[in-house]
Amino acid sequence: MTVALSVKEIASKIGEAIPQTVTSVADGSITVTSQHLFQVAKFLKETPGLEFDFLVNISGVDYLDYIEVVYHLVSLKHNHSLVLKTVCPDRDNPVVPSVVSLWRGADFLEREEYDLVGVRFEGHPNLKRIYLWEGFQGHPLRRDYL
Amino acid sequence: MVLKAEPMLISMGPHHPSTHGVFRMRLVLDGEVITDMEPMVGYLHRGIEKLAETRTYTQVIPLTDRLDYLGSMTNNWAYVLAVEKLAGIKVPERAEYLRVIMGELMRISSHLMAVGFLGNELGCTFTPLLYMFREREKIMDLFEMVCGQRLTYNYMRIGGLSHDIPEEFLPAVKKFVAEMPHYIDEYEQLLSENEILLARTKGVGILPQELAISSSVTGPVLRASGVKWDLRKADPYSIYERFEFDIPTGTVSDVYDRYLVRITEMRQSVRILEQAIKQLPPGEARTKVPLLLRPPVGEAYAHIEAPKGELGFYLVSDGSIAPYRCRIRAPSFTNITALRDMLIGWKIADAVVIFGSIDIVLGEVDR
Amino acid sequence: MPLLPHFQKWLVENGVPHWAAYVVPALTGIIVALLFLFLMIIVYIYLERRGLGRFQIRPGPNRAGPFGILQAFADFIKVLTKEDITPTNADWPVHFLAPVVAFFSAIMILAVIPIQKNAFITNLNIGILYVSAISSLGAIAIFMAGFGSCNKYSLIAAMRGVAQLISYEVPVLLAIAGVLLISGSLAMGDIVRSQNVPFILLQPMGFLIFFIGVGAELNRSPFDLMEAESEIVTGYHIEYSGMKFALFYLGEYGHMVVASAVMTTLYLSGWKGPFLPEALWFIIKMVMVFLAFLWLRATMPRIRVDQLMSLAWKFLLPLALVNLFATALEVLWQDNIGWEQFPWPFVFLNLGLAAIFILVGSKLLFKTGGGRVEV
Repeated sequence: MTVALSVKEIASKIGEAIPQTVTSVADGSITVTSQHLFQVAKFLKETPGLEFDFLVNISGVDYLDYIEVVYHLVSLKHNHSLVLKTVCPDRDNPVVPSVVSLWRGADFLEREEYDLVGVRFEGHPNLKRIYLWEGFQGHPLRRDYL
Repeated sequence: MVLKAEPMLISMGPHHPSTHGVFRMRLVLDGEVITDMEPMVGYLHRGIEKLAETRTYTQVIPLTDRLDYLGSMTNNWAYVLAVEKLAGIKVPERAEYLRVIMGELMRISSHLMAVGFLGNELGCTFTPLLYMFREREKIMDLFEMVCGQRLTYNYMRIGGLSHDIPEEFLPAVKKFVAEMPHYIDEYEQLLSENEILLARTKGVGILPQELAISSSVTGPVLRASGVKWDLRKADPYSIYERFEFDIPTGTVSDVYDRYLVRITEMRQSVRILEQAIKQLPPGEARTKVPLLLRPPVGEAYAHIEAPKGELGFYLVSDGSIAPYRCRIRAPSFTNITALRDMLIGWKIADAVVIFGSIDIVLGEVDR
Repeated sequence: MPLLPHFQKWLVENGVPHWAAYVVPALTGIIVALLFLFLMIIVYIYLERRGLGRFQIRPGPNRAGPFGILQAFADFIKVLTKEDITPTNADWPVHFLAPVVAFFSAIMILAVIPIQKNAFITNLNIGILYVSAISSLGAIAIFMAGFGSCNKYSLIAAMRGVAQLISYEVPVLLAIAGVLLISGSLAMGDIVRSQNVPFILLQPMGFLIFFIGVGAELNRSPFDLMEAESEIVTGYHIEYSGMKFALFYLGEYGHMVVASAVMTTLYLSGWKGPFLPEALWFIIKMVMVFLAFLWLRATMPRIRVDQLMSLAWKFLLPLALVNLFATALEVLWQDNIGWEQFPWPFVFLNLGLAAIFILVGSKLLFKTGGGRVEV
């Protein structure tokens, strides 16, 4: 059975390793600041005992005040899972560091979120639109599009 | 005189009989050898995620049918699981067993298509495909008995199934389950020892295990790379703990291993079906759920082992009748991440075979 | 009794000028041969479509006419009334002439095929050499089609096609050389007459090499890479529609008719057989050869181009050389093997040698599978 790890423990572990990154712990997910996302993800992937080697999903959700990017992580070795979130308060220019160098599967997932929600992933080697054509204006999955 | 050699850019374009739909691959060729490759998707993008935000929770179910249109039952199941997790609805026992039966029949049908079209791409002019379609027709007849549809079923509902099965369904399923292993033996006899098939698929398109895990590949492709990860055993949903079945894995992770994994999974699905039919309890097929369901504010992620891989739905609810965000984690979309590494160094003929062995459906990739 | 020279003599006796007495029998012979070819093509097309249907547990076309006999005519009418499109950047003369060359190289071989004793258009004394020379024209037609179409897929198909056709001619010619050693003459009529025992028994390895080589020359599955529908979408005839496509199609089946006729002449003792009329035996044997090709097409997947080339050069060519060498030794030892005496010891010797060499060759001479190139 895939165990959803206790978020308070993980949050405290992250807090010891990389201080002042976790902003909130709620409801089965950990929220970190967007500048430190890459370091937290690297910590989660490489710490023995955690070893989240499998990225399941990246989603971008547009709450009207801010944009949230949600990462679902799973460890195939230990069979536990975690939800990692980050928040971009600036809706006109949301920037999040890319995790492609940690998990190659983030390649297409990040391109899709860039295309449809508008989040820019810094460090992505090929950030182009994937579904819509080049030159399309706007990001359709935002709540204020149409 | 200077000899100039240029690489050739060819677009295995949206119109192609072997790209399983409207998929475009831009290949850079040096003679017949592929030196670079870029996949371009989006030709079937219908905006299902945006459409889901303006429909009620029950109205989204027909939209999910059209994701992996060759595996509609499992798509419905994943979505309905997510809503039930969000709203805390419990499903009656009979409905759970029936869902397992439908899901495993769907898995057999989807794998029959995958193996049949692999044979087609290898060049056997439709012969293995038509043999497998014979069985798939029987499965489609079974589904037509249940919900009246042959392809996009729209059968599962939040809280159970849309209606109970008719009387002639169970005897027909028992007959199908009794004769299916004999047919799978027939396919193996025709295909698995064929010299030319072995020559074309053994050692071709190898995906190393590290790369598979890092590229978020799931489904038979991951299992053929040696990772024993099947959501029905690793994170059992519905009532899968009550059934006994094995998970096949491959060793070399080439095209032949993926083919063998799919054939073995078909046999295991038949095993699960036998057990489910025997244990089917009486009861109702659906719990009462209000017409306009308003789940509490929150989010949920539910995933199942669809025939193509891990299909997941991430639902965010704000207490209204429509989902605030419905994010679909489609297996075929992430499986394409590994395609470039699998293709470089092989020839055009192999490109089609390797691409077919991943078994994608464009409805899922483009949503 | 050769009918055409008699016809010519009769015309001259009745006062027709000499040039007309030469041209009219020739034209009659050509028209009869063409009718025979078209009739056999239609029979082959019907057998192929119904036969493939039976292999694939479906009926095959059975609507046009009783049992679907008129399906070929329906297709022909459809194809005639289609628009004939030429791509803008295509090389027009090359693009136009390619189907013509493909079809005519099939017809021209008909001139030397003996359907009955003394029933052929001309008894060339270099019959089989003429056949192999004309059959290599097919390669030019495919290259013209692929190159002149201004399409990358056709170009790939044309390159593959030329490589395939040229490589498979060599083992075929060496297998034919084995037959020639025994029969002692290049003329097709003499080859049939020298077969007391059909040469398939005297030259089993040669027959196998010829069968595989001719299958590759004809683009039949498992060697149909030139028109591999699943990869390069019908290859060299992508840009052809209408009558030109019909000419390619007719040319392919024409080649098949002619190739099965040549195989019957060389290996299955042509028109020889008890009870039935000789022409009927010839047609029966041709159809049996075609059914063997059809069975292979319905069952086997396609091999890849590098595996195809290694099959030709590393497997078939050494085996063909060994076959030629062994046949030469046997002919040296005992003259007139085929002509007068019954050569049963040689039959068993050759069958045994074939089994040994094929087994050893398939294990040692080449490998398939894998084949990734470091980029």
